[in-house]
Amino acid sequence: MRTLILTVGLTGLATGPALAADLEISVEVPRLDVAEYHKPYVAVWLARPDQSVAANLAVWYDVANKKQEGDKWLKDLRQWWRRTGRDLKLPADGLTSATRAPGTHAIGSASTAATVNGLAPGEYQLVVEAVREVGGRELVKIPFQWPPEKGTELSVKGASELGTVTLNVKP
Amino acid sequence: MKRLVHAAAALAFLIPVSAQAHRAWLLPSATVLSGKEPEVTVDAAVSNDVFFFEFRPLDLDGLVVTTPDGSKVDPENVGKGKTRSTFDLSLKAPGTYRIALVGDSVFARYNDKGEKKRWRGKLENLTKEIPATATDVVVTQAQRRIETFVTAGKADDAALKLIGKGLEMQPVSHPNDLVANSEATFKLMLDGKPAADAKVEIVRGGIRYRNQLGEIAATTDKDGLFRVKWPEAGMYWLEASVTDDKTDVKEAKERRAVYAATLEVLPE
Repeated sequence: MRTLILTVGLTGLATGPALAADLEISVEVPRLDVAEYHKPYVAVWLARPDQSVAANLAVWYDVANKKQEGDKWLKDLRQWWRRTGRDLKLPADGLTSATRAPGTHAIGSASTAATVNGLAPGEYQLVVEAVREVGGRELVKIPFQWPPEKGTELSVKGASELGTVTLNVKP
Repeated sequence: MKRLVHAAAALAFLIPVSAQAHRAWLLPSATVLSGKEPEVTVDAAVSNDVFFFEFRPLDLDGLVVTTPDGSKVDPENVGKGKTRSTFDLSLKAPGTYRIALVGDSVFARYNDKGEKKRWRGKLENLTKEIPATATDVVVTQAQRRIETFVTAGKADDAALKLIGKGLEMQPVSHPNDLVANSEATFKLMLDGKPAADAKVEIVRGGIRYRNQLGEIAATTDKDGLFRVKWPEAGMYWLEASVTDDKTDVKEAKERRAVYAATLEVLPE
């Protein structure tokens, strides 16, 4: 598990062109017109058909909270917390990072290749869960087959707390 | 108006004797927590509608909080108001905590000078407080266990070990891992053995804001197991009771063992 996290962890660094990436993921944090806005907590992971977690890809939360209270709200990423979050030691290098401002943010990059190299063939779901302080919660899923027969770009659009989530699967 | 009163009285008459007038409960501020040493506030009350403070506070004598390593911990900021008791718990170690209010008392019905009387209290006060002139004294042993569960970080079950006395619930599904639209399984145990054919009533909180109670009825099978499919997220109140003759109070011919729990079901 540790190795997995470390390898996935490099994703955060890669903002340049993807180098032979096998899974490219982008998550849009929507701009919301609300009275009180805080950037959402977001978790991104790969789930097997039985909903067990195959890989944790990213967790954006208030890692640098001065009072170290950022992890108090991690349980609000309910499904992620139940499936995997509560079993992890956080913050974890490379997996966890700060919350993101509205806009589209890349997750997938060269380093996800390392994750998917260890991925057994089969059906998976990319799961993205977002929760916002004094706001709502949303979870979207993109099912995909691994390994893919051909390169495919899949996407899903959130209705409230998430914008477009894109998954580019490359053989 | 008069007719209305009559109608109401007639209706009241139809309510089966077994129906409990009030519900006793613990209400935790949260059951699934993250972060370093999270805090939980728990309210304890007796009311008709769960989970509203509308009748009286629940006495906290008999409160037992079991930590994830099996040791006991004292609550902080214990208080008693007019309609509810309250206390705080610091979850210093990760894992699952069992919060239990445990009671073993006696209940007596008797006639005194032509009047029907009822008394409830500790066994040692029974002979002191019931007048010597009392006749037709019927004593019932009343065992009660009211519980709720909270988990900091990863859920575990060291605090959920079987006690072996009275009516209790053994989780098959973890009590802090309950999700709407999925099924959970629990096991009712009486004196450490499966309680078969016991009726379980489950009611979702927030009764004030809906017209139908929407209670869920379950019955334990021969192994004491019962299943609940949670229709939606919320805080649920569960109660089961068993009446038998297995009393350990010589004055009592009958024993009534009650188990109640507050369980939180989270959205998918």
